[in-house]
Amino acid sequence: MGVSNTDSDKTQEEEQQDLPKVVLFRPPAAFSLIDEESFTSNKFHFLKTYDSQLPVDQFLSTHSHSIKAILSSAGAPVNADILQLLPEVGLVVTTSAGLNHIDIPECRRRGIKIANAGHVYSDDVADLAVGLLIDVLRKVSASDRYVRQGLWADKGNYPLGSKLRGKRTGIVGLGNIGYEVAKRLEAFGCFVSYNSRKKKPYVSYPFYHNVCELAANCDVLIICCGLSDETRHMINKQVLSALGKEGVIVNIGRGNIIDEKEMVSCLMRGEIAGAGLDVFENEPDVPKEFFAMDNVVLSPHRAVFTPESLKDLSQLVVGNLEAFLSNKPLLSEYVDKK
Amino acid sequence: MDCNGYRQENHEQNLFPKPKVLVLEPPPVFIYHEDKLSQKFHFLKAWDSPLPLDQFLTTHAHSVQAILSHGSCPVTTNTIRLLPSLGLIVTTSAGLDQIDLQECRRRGVSVAYAGSLFSADVADIAVGLLIDALRNISAGNRYVTQGLWANNGDFSLGSKLGGRKVGIVGLGSIGLEVGKRLEPFGCNILYCSRNKKSSVSYPYYSTVCELATNCEVLIICCELNDQTRHVINKEVLLALGKKGLIINVGRGAIIDEQEMVRCLMQGEIAGAGLDVFENEPHVPSELISLDNVVLSPHRAVHTEETLMALVELVIGNLEAFFSNKPLLSPVLLDE
Repeated sequence: MGVSNTDSDKTQEEEQQDLPKVVLFRPPAAFSLIDEESFTSNKFHFLKTYDSQLPVDQFLSTHSHSIKAILSSAGAPVNADILQLLPEVGLVVTTSAGLNHIDIPECRRRGIKIANAGHVYSDDVADLAVGLLIDVLRKVSASDRYVRQGLWADKGNYPLGSKLRGKRTGIVGLGNIGYEVAKRLEAFGCFVSYNSRKKKPYVSYPFYHNVCELAANCDVLIICCGLSDETRHMINKQVLSALGKEGVIVNIGRGNIIDEKEMVSCLMRGEIAGAGLDVFENEPDVPKEFFAMDNVVLSPHRAVFTPESLKDLSQLVVGNLEAFLSNKPLLSEYVDKK
Repeated sequence: MDCNGYRQENHEQNLFPKPKVLVLEPPPVFIYHEDKLSQKFHFLKAWDSPLPLDQFLTTHAHSVQAILSHGSCPVTTNTIRLLPSLGLIVTTSAGLDQIDLQECRRRGVSVAYAGSLFSADVADIAVGLLIDALRNISAGNRYVTQGLWANNGDFSLGSKLGGRKVGIVGLGSIGLEVGKRLEPFGCNILYCSRNKKSSVSYPYYSTVCELATNCEVLIICCELNDQTRHVINKEVLLALGKKGLIINVGRGAIIDEQEMVRCLMQGEIAGAGLDVFENEPHVPSELISLDNVVLSPHRAVHTEETLMALVELVIGNLEAFFSNKPLLSPVLLDE
């Protein structure tokens, strides 16, 4: 051990006090799904409003001088009121891919950077989308139920499914997730086309200007886009009718992108053939009508969650925070799409 | 039909009789599409007759040139010997273990089969079962419909597919289709087969046990024969390991089922996706109680589209034979 001086005599706690602070309003799901340790670093220290007895605004006012960044997640909104109390904040990092809970214009106004989960979840979400599609077309969950109920021995063969090869699959939102889904579907012999905000110049899949036209020309719709004012209830009665009686819909975006009541109605009347859903308008409440439908597969919003991806997420979060604090480019900066 | 029409048809029938095809037991194509098949061929239905098979064959079928068979319907040496005019056996299966091929070779009887017609469907279900088992899709569905999501909160995590080492047992037509599908998911494909395939770049292992040691998922895509019966045994399952998954779309008897059940119950492997079982349609009751197993009721044909294609293939092969043209999907018997 070297010569002691006042600096190295500091306690660990005091050293932590000197570190830039990152504030959290609630623990991200990842803290309990994997661990909190993976998200820590010796370059910053977490301040948790949820651990304090103080009301939030008082807590923030007390610590505002040292809070340089916010670690947000779905359910922990970052709005103008909060930003008002944190004049030193230069970065908002969210553990989600989605940004609906962040006041982006306000961040821009204040010169605050935003980083999200980037592509950390894309593979897992795409995998689940394909898994749900195979399940609906080939009745995997329904026939699993059939076997478990002893009906295979009693009643004989379960009804046939439908082939994947040759299915015209329409990707709604050809972002990173949509692209990963398309790549996978091609290996099954599906034909991919898409609708997106804009045509993608380096992609050879046929592009449709509106989702209704896409639906009319597809056997399957896979919702891969984010939730925004434009996409809310974008999948409506008209789109579902265009998809047609043999059509299947898979949603791994957000529940509100589909008019859920209308979809229930269509499924009840056989206006579409089936659905695979990871997201719902009012989670965890799921329309009870779905429970009796053999042609609907329900997933409790788990698309993004595997331990492996959450570990990747923790590295990304730490990486973004450390990069910001040492004035380096962020790893997954969110840049407004025009 | 009026008398004239009947007489006309009967007259035509005598002038251009439909070729006779013997059916020992009805294949699924028969059950779904007998009408379509009967438009072109006259079927002698052995299962419909009160006579024992030998007698039926000597009485009614000695002049028959073709048999329509299926995967679980044996065409034995004895049957072939009782049919001196036999020239063709068409089976609706991809498998051939139910036909005495040696006797066919000896007698110069051609065999037509389903070839790789089913391979895409089987590969699709193999991948579907894998994603389901890894990501708990069926179990998650149960969780929601039992009201547990609303009451108990979040469902458990699944496991990532990308980066996983997947070992394909049997790199034939089905195995290759499985490999092709798993590549864009980011899986690392390894395999074990009778022979190393020079046309693929996947790493090859000469024994299943070695393969299992080096991967986290085993997908059984091979056929059932003397070498493969119970080849997935205790040693292989333990080599696969506690995080390992097994997917079987080959035949139930390739896996020592009792041993697999024991391994699943004791957590020696992490889960399974099974389309085939040793004693179908019976599934071990222990499997029914497990959440980490996906069970699929094996069907001879999986999809409507493939069934239609199969009907066309059967008709095409029979028509080719009866008009002395090359078969559409012959089995190469001279090996």
